Amino acid sequence: MIKAILIFNNHGKPRLIRFYEYFAEDVQQQIIRETFHLVSKRDDNVCNFLEGGSLIGGSDYKLIYRHYATLYFVFCVDSSESELGILDLIQVFVETLDKCFENVCELDLIFHMDKGGFSAAPARAVSAVKNINLPEMPRNINIGDINIKVPSLSPF
Amino acid sequence: MALKIVKGSIDRMFDKNLQDLVRGIRNHKEDEAKYISTCIDEIKQELKQDNIAVKSNAVCKLTYLQMLGYDVSWAAFNIVEVMSSSKFTYKRIGYLAASQCFHESTDVIMLTTNQIRKDLSSPNQYDTGVALTGLSCFVTPDLARDLANDIMTLMSHTKPYIRKKAVLIMYKVFLKYPESLRPAFPRMKEKLEDPDPGVQSAAVNVICELARRNPKNYLSLAPLFFKLMTSSTNNWVLIKIIKLFGALTPLEPRLGKKLIEPLTNLIHSTSAMSLLYECVNTVIAVLISLSSGMPNHSASIQLCVQKLRILIEDSDQNLKYLGLLAMSKILKTHPKSVQSHKDLILQCLDDKDESIRLRALDLLYGMVSKKNLMEIVKKLMLHVDKAEGTTYRDELLTKIIDICSQSNYQYITNFEWYISILVELTRLEGTRHGHLIASQMLDVAIRVKAIRAFAVAQMATLLDNAHLLTGNTQHSGICEVLYAAAWICGEFSEHLEDPMATLEAMLRPKVATLPGHIQAVYVQNAAKLFSTVLCGQEGAPADSKVAQETSQLLIDRLPVFVQSDNLEVQERASCILQLVKYIQKLQQKDVEVAEEVTALFAGELNPVAPKAQKKVPVPEGLDLDAWINEPPSGSESEDEGRKTKGKAVFAKEESRHTKPRYTEVDEKELAKRREVRKAEQANNPFYIKASPSSQKVYQEAVGVEHIPVVQIDLSVPLKVPGMPMSDQYVKLEEERREKNKTDRKKKDKKKRREKGRQRRGDSGPESEEDITPAHMVDIVTEEMPENALPSDDDDKDPNDPHKALNIDLDKPLADSEKKLPVRTHRPDEVLKSPIEDAEGLEVTSEPKKKSRKEKKDKESKKDKEKKKKKHKQEEGEDLMEAGSEEPVQSKVTNDVAAQPPASTPEASDLDFWLSNAPVPSDPQEAAAVTDAPPASTPDAASGVAAVVPDSEPEETKSSKHKKKKQKREKDKKKKHHHHHHHSDGAREESVQNGTVEDEEPLPPMSNYALLAENSYIKMMKQDADEVCDIQGNLHDGSQVVVSVIFENKCDSFIKSMEFNVMDSLNSKLQRPEGAGPHDSLTVPFHLPPGISNEARFIFSVQSIVMPQKLKGTLTFIVKTEDSSTHEKLDFKLHFTCTSYLITTPCYSDAYAKLLESGDLKGSSLKLEGINQPFHHLLARICFHHHFSVVERIDSCASMYSRSIQGHHVCLLVKTADQTVSIDAKCDEPGLLRNVLDEIKLTFSQC
Repeated sequence: MIKAILIFNNHGKPRLIRFYEYFAEDVQQQIIRETFHLVSKRDDNVCNFLEGGSLIGGSDYKLIYRHYATLYFVFCVDSSESELGILDLIQVFVETLDKCFENVCELDLIFHMDKGGFSAAPARAVSAVKNINLPEMPRNINIGDINIKVPSLSPF
Repeated sequence: MALKIVKGSIDRMFDKNLQDLVRGIRNHKEDEAKYISTCIDEIKQELKQDNIAVKSNAVCKLTYLQMLGYDVSWAAFNIVEVMSSSKFTYKRIGYLAASQCFHESTDVIMLTTNQIRKDLSSPNQYDTGVALTGLSCFVTPDLARDLANDIMTLMSHTKPYIRKKAVLIMYKVFLKYPESLRPAFPRMKEKLEDPDPGVQSAAVNVICELARRNPKNYLSLAPLFFKLMTSSTNNWVLIKIIKLFGALTPLEPRLGKKLIEPLTNLIHSTSAMSLLYECVNTVIAVLISLSSGMPNHSASIQLCVQKLRILIEDSDQNLKYLGLLAMSKILKTHPKSVQSHKDLILQCLDDKDESIRLRALDLLYGMVSKKNLMEIVKKLMLHVDKAEGTTYRDELLTKIIDICSQSNYQYITNFEWYISILVELTRLEGTRHGHLIASQMLDVAIRVKAIRAFAVAQMATLLDNAHLLTGNTQHSGICEVLYAAAWICGEFSEHLEDPMATLEAMLRPKVATLPGHIQAVYVQNAAKLFSTVLCGQEGAPADSKVAQETSQLLIDRLPVFVQSDNLEVQERASCILQLVKYIQKLQQKDVEVAEEVTALFAGELNPVAPKAQKKVPVPEGLDLDAWINEPPSGSESEDEGRKTKGKAVFAKEESRHTKPRYTEVDEKELAKRREVRKAEQANNPFYIKASPSSQKVYQEAVGVEHIPVVQIDLSVPLKVPGMPMSDQYVKLEEERREKNKTDRKKKDKKKRREKGRQRRGDSGPESEEDITPAHMVDIVTEEMPENALPSDDDDKDPNDPHKALNIDLDKPLADSEKKLPVRTHRPDEVLKSPIEDAEGLEVTSEPKKKSRKEKKDKESKKDKEKKKKKHKQEEGEDLMEAGSEEPVQSKVTNDVAAQPPASTPEASDLDFWLSNAPVPSDPQEAAAVTDAPPASTPDAASGVAAVVPDSEPEETKSSKHKKKKQKREKDKKKKHHHHHHHSDGAREESVQNGTVEDEEPLPPMSNYALLAENSYIKMMKQDADEVCDIQGNLHDGSQVVVSVIFENKCDSFIKSMEFNVMDSLNSKLQRPEGAGPHDSLTVPFHLPPGISNEARFIFSVQSIVMPQKLKGTLTFIVKTEDSSTHEKLDFKLHFTCTSYLITTPCYSDAYAKLLESGDLKGSSLKLEGINQPFHHLLARICFHHHFSVVERIDSCASMYSRSIQGHHVCLLVKTADQTVSIDAKCDEPGLLRNVLDEIKLTFSQC
């Protein structure tokens, strides 16, 4: 089970936050902060798994993250998920965002949080992955381009 | 009007949308909080407008703010409004907001039920989809119960998009509403073979998630999953299935054998690392489950270890990490195959990546031996020095302690080395684990007797240098070690070189800055040291001056502690101060006091196992849940306060044994009881007696004599001046070993063999026995009570929602279960005992059940029984409505009878499948397995049987004295207006419907009223009106369900109960087809003595405007051993008008519209002298009269209900000065009048 999906930038500003279990707002922010502190300390060439988030879950839970340009994508999952699988899932998720926003960048998430929010719903993200047999190569994710043009999102 | 609209739309052009908000926040980086608060004010304005577009825009912005950490729960109702918009774009925003900020205690959730149901059945698949997605985030037990059926239907939707979502959300529904699991499971199973791969993998996901928590119930699915595994090419599905098998194999070794071959094939063939890794993991799980009897699988182990080595050596850090993770699993069962890769793992300790280092640390735990422990710990200590101020250092610290202390200090050969390691660890600044070090120090000092002298010396140094530890970081955890140091020095003060100096160190003024609990220990142990000093001094009487000086020192220094703001310190200090003052007086008179003072602290402490208390078996016949005395009516809190105050500090020995009593018992009685109890305790082997006898227990304990006690090897100096260096010990140890080796060679081999046997035989590559511990120390085993219960469930989390899902799924569904249970009137009934539905759910977690009940008194227990039955009957009723011939069947007997033949084939299926495994399984195992699944049958039966002893004996008691064949007394028929009677038998927690405030607990309310009673039987009824179909037309919809509880009050068997009612023109008892209008209905159960059960009867009603009274008779046969008599009981059923009302939630805007329409006619009512709180009043109306609160403002509330024939009833309830006025409107004045009369009656009776 995925317990939470956290996306924040290099400064720890939340960009898209989904919790699949209820936490009060202040606890949520605390979790985000804690996760950010754990993740941001790490070099880019170390492994993408982290244990020891004390606020969320417990020993059964892991943080699995990827760092793309200015954004951290962190998934908090329990032991029933395959670690490598979740890494692939993050990849697919980013690609999905990329397709939705045409060259996704941090600003897309900032400005279209409502749309991002729904594409992050577990049923969607997980099933997206399970249907698509992983796509070829990740497309480049554009950093500098401030692209506020809204691609007409079909209802799902 | 038109102008207003134009104005509104112009305004809206200036409203901020989400993008503007985000941009604004980015432009106000300095005063973000201020900017956002103005935005929230704007949003509040926008939410007040009627325009849904404006509202949804506002909600959208709120969702964003919620993500930033702002509480938006105040807008919950607006979110519901947006959710119910008909336009998809708005609806989606509403659902998104709801999924982000709704949770179980959000009160408006109950308003959403109908909206969600509507969306679920919407023709637009995206409406359905968005509702499902949203619901998955905020589903509550209520929603789960109400919508389970709808979602189940969606599982067979034509669109895979919907099917997939419905399947996934069922998991959440199961968690919240475990009853739905069994009825829904067959369909879930079907979905495993759905043509759409997405749906299929969703189903695999859900079942894997369920099976992970309660694997044994899913064992029978193994063949199906095996087929999927060998046929599927979807790696995601494969990974899940393989993970699932990993959970199943521990339960069924033969499954493992069958799996090994395909898994090894996969390992060889797959190119996907993730799949490979999961395969290796599951193979490891299989090997663990087989570890005992399968020597010829070493090839598989080799394969795994070899593959893992490749992973660990990979340059990808992720793979390295996972490799180490999997390696640690192998370590548990096959340590040798991992130990050969020690080089690799030690190398990983130097990795720059913390996660990898942590994993490597885990592995080290299993790789230490007596031989390499010192070396490894030395290496770790180096890392500790490097890792200043990180969590990693804390982790290292705990690991060092774990490694050293594992399996009872098995690998430690030199405890002096260990103590010095601990002391070195105290130098770490800012660690959180001070208490861990402290407890290790205490543990070693207490349990290793031979080390005490050394430990005390070290601790004294530590105390002397306490300023180094406390330093500036007063709040750091490391000062915890002073706790241990002070205690050890005090308790074992006879080993102290210079007790006086230590005493001085303990009484320094700086100590007063330590945390309270440490100061308390300081003070107490200062007293112990004082006694030691006195003892030492008075041996040489010439020196009595020193003794007096010591007393003076205490008298000088203690007042600081007396002034402490910590109660414990204060109390101990003032106590000891007075004591010392007294001693000083005696000393001045030259009285010998040393002996008396020492007596204060005489006796030795023994270590007691942490679980010892828990393991004391509860003696037979002792019911811990029972009240010792009847609970008092009031003044409980006062007693409570007194009790805790008395207990807080230094409870007396006696009062500790005496349970606090609530009622006053005179002293004599108390004393007598105490005597009796003491005698009992003396005779009771399970009772842990006071210390002298417990010491005896320890001496008698088996095995202690066998622990060899060897004199301390004096090659190691016992005293190291200053701070110790553990390195010294390493060197010394090496020298010693060298010496020993040469010594050993001379000794004969016989002895060696003997020794090897004594220690637990784990021999590394080089024989371990070569290393003798420096001083074999008698490790005192921890005390356990005799006859300790073996229990493994100590660590289970009682709150795990998955516990409730431990449900046997192989049992075939009873007819009644094919439908999900429908909604009942009292929602929390089902909630409270979700797992106690004795019929459908076989619950194996008995202990949990017990603990849950613990606090409830008997009455509620009995209540539960009733509920259980009620639930059962309810299902029976579904059947009846479905038009079956038999009105209500006896479920209990049916089910039990149906099981054995049903579950055995299942089991043998699995057996057959498993027995085809390539490796022939031995017959014993097979027998064990065939035994296992049917074992569920007696279980289920006992579940049913368990009802019997549980049920309330009180009623039987009352009639016990009566003769069996006594003539029936006159019918104690009481007329009751059913709703408002508090019959004690069926008391239950109130259900508030619409009242959400937590002002005061509501008084218990019951819908059960005594119907009729005689010496044999008691009938209580509750009418739960239910309509087949809420939207149904009038002809089908006018049904009222009456549930009647039958309780056997005599001690004979009651059977052949027949229930009959004289039909009136208006209301008729529904009888099975073909039965005549006067035939009676057979009650579908028999009643053994003292048992109660519930049956439901359905009546059809024509007109609901008037209340009805029906006359009825119950005939039954009372069967005693030698004879049976036919008996009869008359009763009157009273259908009030409120029983025709159905609790229906209503939105305030819909409510307003309804009132505006003008179709309703009004009436009003005034009640005087009501002095109950307003929310009680509302709860009462809601509960007894089936209303729901639409809105409540202060002492005014609007309420709504609907009749089974669709009449709206609206109430406006106001209260002021004990007067309650109710204005009511309804489209049927007759009905309204009667309802109001009944409400009046309710309140006149309470």
